[in-house]
Amino acid sequence: MGITRGFTGGARRGGDTRLPPGQYDTGAGWPVLSAELTPQVDLDEWTLTVDGLVDRPTTWDWRGIHALPPSSYFGDIHCVTTWSKFDTTFSGVSVDALLQVTGVRLEATHVFATSTTGYTTNLPLSDITDGKAWIVWEFDGKPLTAEHGGPVRLLVPHLYFWKSAKWVTRLELRDHDEQGFWERNGYHDRGDPWLEQRYQGDA
Amino acid sequence: MSEAGTEPTRTEAIASSWTTAIVREVDRSTAGFVRLRLEVADRQDHVPGQHYVLRLRAPDGYTAQRSYSIASDPADPLVELMVECLPRGEVSSFLHDVVEVGDELEARGPIGRWFVWGGTTPSICVAGGSGVVPFVSMLRYARRTGTDAGLTVVASAQTRARLPYADELESAGAFIALTRENQPLPDGSERVAAHLYPEEIAALADGVERAYVCGSVGFVSFVGRILGEAGVRSDMVRVEQFGPTS
Repeated sequence: MGITRGFTGGARRGGDTRLPPGQYDTGAGWPVLSAELTPQVDLDEWTLTVDGLVDRPTTWDWRGIHALPPSSYFGDIHCVTTWSKFDTTFSGVSVDALLQVTGVRLEATHVFATSTTGYTTNLPLSDITDGKAWIVWEFDGKPLTAEHGGPVRLLVPHLYFWKSAKWVTRLELRDHDEQGFWERNGYHDRGDPWLEQRYQGDA
Repeated sequence: MSEAGTEPTRTEAIASSWTTAIVREVDRSTAGFVRLRLEVADRQDHVPGQHYVLRLRAPDGYTAQRSYSIASDPADPLVELMVECLPRGEVSSFLHDVVEVGDELEARGPIGRWFVWGGTTPSICVAGGSGVVPFVSMLRYARRTGTDAGLTVVASAQTRARLPYADELESAGAFIALTRENQPLPDGSERVAAHLYPEEIAALADGVERAYVCGSVGFVSFVGRILGEAGVRSDMVRVEQFGPTS
């Protein structure tokens, strides 16, 4: 494609190697994007279920999930709407810790995450194992706010952030891939920001 | 949550690729906004509510891209975008300050199949400020196809001058709520400057099966609450929100 007449890059321009292609640094801000109203989830009623192709389907409540070994992510996050946020800290538990409890059946290849709102997203199992994904309830040491997916969201920071389902309540392991909410509505099935897999049709 | 695909849509091919958009009209008559009318090569029809991504490319290959809601009717030969100029907005300020008729931009779309109205579901659309843009597309489509009885548009802004398409919205029967300016009403009285009242929303939302809310995070949260009080369940509400939060 040709050069845009008169465009050299604006104030956002960093040339930072931490920025995936087409992204900008949002700085201290953290934009809120969601397709539905923010639900108010009662911690006394909150649960997370991991089921499907596992040996021991398991449901954790708020107290139960806190009994698992804590784990944190420190690093960057990237939204498909082109902002990236550097040096975030999220705390909770590693998805690996959950799968250690449930076991994973050999035929499992994908995971389908569901939120209390009905929001869904699909991921290859390999994108949520081996230290790549978390279930988190703290951001920068404070409880994760509802608008950012609190009390508990999925965190898969190496993929565009719509994969990090807010208000997550279930991870179902499957032997096939099925598109989730945004994936059905035009967004990419995998969403690797370094490959700019934003929309259906991207390589 | 129901699926977006339950309504007839004409975007069967959802995979879009980058193409060229030639700027055919530039209108800066609304302060803080630029209205662009684009001739999009290999254009796919859109459904009202969808958006385009515009990408700018610097001589050294650096690119910046942002999404903008479509304001035009799908039958319009051009694609119309109404872009709000944001402080430090790398793309919006370029579009506002630099772009001229005849310029070529990279474009991709239409994108998004959730925040769309296909003309059949009785709906209320509530916008804060520039959030009105997708609803202008819905209104234009509804008026052309004679389906406007099923579409109620509510637009809130600080002042009339800051509400894009204010005249068009008003003549199409949209309800306008200004928060910092009293507003003359047809009966000679005034609507005193205020946020939307729950009673106003309740009357307008009567009988709707879906609500679309587009605006800042705070606005969407506020409207979600008063829609709930009016009996619109949260699973009937589709949201598009923008703007930063701390």
